[in-house]
Amino acid sequence: MSNLMPPSRRVAVVLALPVTLIAAWWITSADSQSFYFPPLQTILQTFAKLWFSPQALQNVVPSLVRFSIGYLAAALLGIGIGIPVGASRNLRNVLEPVLEFLRAIPPPVLVPVLILFAGIGDEMKTLVIVFGCIWPVLLNAVAGVCALDDVLAEVVRSYRIGRLARLWHFVLPGASPQIFTGLRQSLSIGIILMVVSEMFAASDGIGFALVQYQRTFAIPEMWSGIILLGIIGIVLSQIFRAIEAWLLGWYHGLRQSQRAN
Amino acid sequence: MTAQTAIVRAKLTARTRVWLQGLGGLVGFALLLEIVPRIGIVSPDYLPPFSAIMAALFEEMRSATFWTALGATLEAWAIGLAISLVAGVTIGIAIGSSHALRSLTHSTIEFLRPIPSVALIPLAVLLFGSQLESTLILVIYASFWQVLIQVLYGVQDVDPVARETARCYGLNAWAQIRYVTWPTVLPYLMTGIRLAAAVALILAITSEVAIDTQGLGKEISDTESGGAVAIMYAYVIVAGIIGVIVNLGARALERRVLAWHPSVRLDAAEAAG
Repeated sequence: MSNLMPPSRRVAVVLALPVTLIAAWWITSADSQSFYFPPLQTILQTFAKLWFSPQALQNVVPSLVRFSIGYLAAALLGIGIGIPVGASRNLRNVLEPVLEFLRAIPPPVLVPVLILFAGIGDEMKTLVIVFGCIWPVLLNAVAGVCALDDVLAEVVRSYRIGRLARLWHFVLPGASPQIFTGLRQSLSIGIILMVVSEMFAASDGIGFALVQYQRTFAIPEMWSGIILLGIIGIVLSQIFRAIEAWLLGWYHGLRQSQRAN
Repeated sequence: MTAQTAIVRAKLTARTRVWLQGLGGLVGFALLLEIVPRIGIVSPDYLPPFSAIMAALFEEMRSATFWTALGATLEAWAIGLAISLVAGVTIGIAIGSSHALRSLTHSTIEFLRPIPSVALIPLAVLLFGSQLESTLILVIYASFWQVLIQVLYGVQDVDPVARETARCYGLNAWAQIRYVTWPTVLPYLMTGIRLAAAVALILAITSEVAIDTQGLGKEISDTESGGAVAIMYAYVIVAGIIGVIVNLGARALERRVLAWHPSVRLDAAEAAG
């Protein structure tokens, strides 16, 4: 319905509330004397000074590198383990309760556990992200493989399609909508773990910087760090959406045409 | 008759087999945790044998610390979840019922939702220190969106014919919400509750680990820094068990509340027949 609106009006509808809210924050905080809630103007000035400087990269880059490595490793491992487990009924029956238990452990408790094994370096933080992000991907990959279309599976078998071709053209695409559900859940868990592992023990990273500002009562810096984390969360979820739209475009199109009928 | 009982029996044995296989998996996992440190693949200083962890757990369960921590975690989880449920449902239905409100708020919701709630940790610490309120801020911020988004999906899914019919029959706004909107939203809401319950637990424990509020997470980080490794693993296992109970409970609630719903009825019919 909104597609029928002229573009100028659509832009107005999208921007109206955010602009009002930011304006309200700007105006109400403009002459704020409160220590904890400095004027938005101060926060934004600090933001520009703090995060567009070379030393800001020292905190942002390590965080994002650890996040990316951990998240990608978790995705690959989760899919790599999930598909064979989902394909074998016995394996699935044996492993499912264990996997459900491991998934149910709230991932932040892994931070203290992994400090024992890996110290407080980069390895620990990356491992925490891997261990936290792997379960949603793995369990959704298992469920996705289970729910593959029976008729298609029979067809693939009757045509004696080879293992690799079957994996690439049938199993992976068929399970991909479920796998993406898992990947999406893992994305927010990964961001949580990136920040928490740095708050707990670190010498660099966004979480580390954020705690430093809070402990030294550098309030505008702290607020600008909160805004930066918010922006990172939004950007990562937009990147994720773009990749999902690209890889799952066929699926959403299929669903839409099914719904239209 | 005999054929039917044979089928029922075959189903029962199949179910028992699945159950036994799962139990076997759990026992195997426990054995693995026992053997790996014993034969020195991993140092017992880092991972004590499973029996030692269980001994520590039973020892710990006799102390008041254990039950206070458990209670504190559950309290923060329950209060946070309840508040985000009420807020998510009321705001969701209010926004969802009006097309104008929905399109006006869409961009803001999509913008606020991906902001990681851990970003609020420093603010929570400054305002409330290591008190329950700090945990609640994180828990509510994380789980509110899960509920709100699902309720919004649900309200959008209301059958236009049903809505028009209700209007023709002169149902007032409250009756329309009660008899048309609510039944459509309920399945979506149950999904939202399931997701929110899990996320709320994660954030409750996060807050305990990161800002030392009372609870299981604080015990885990305290015992780690105090070198009481077996007790730390005992608490990790307890946290996992709570997580499993929360997941299973949410699923059971979903089945129960939606027993009338076609999707659940179909599943049940397939399982029974």
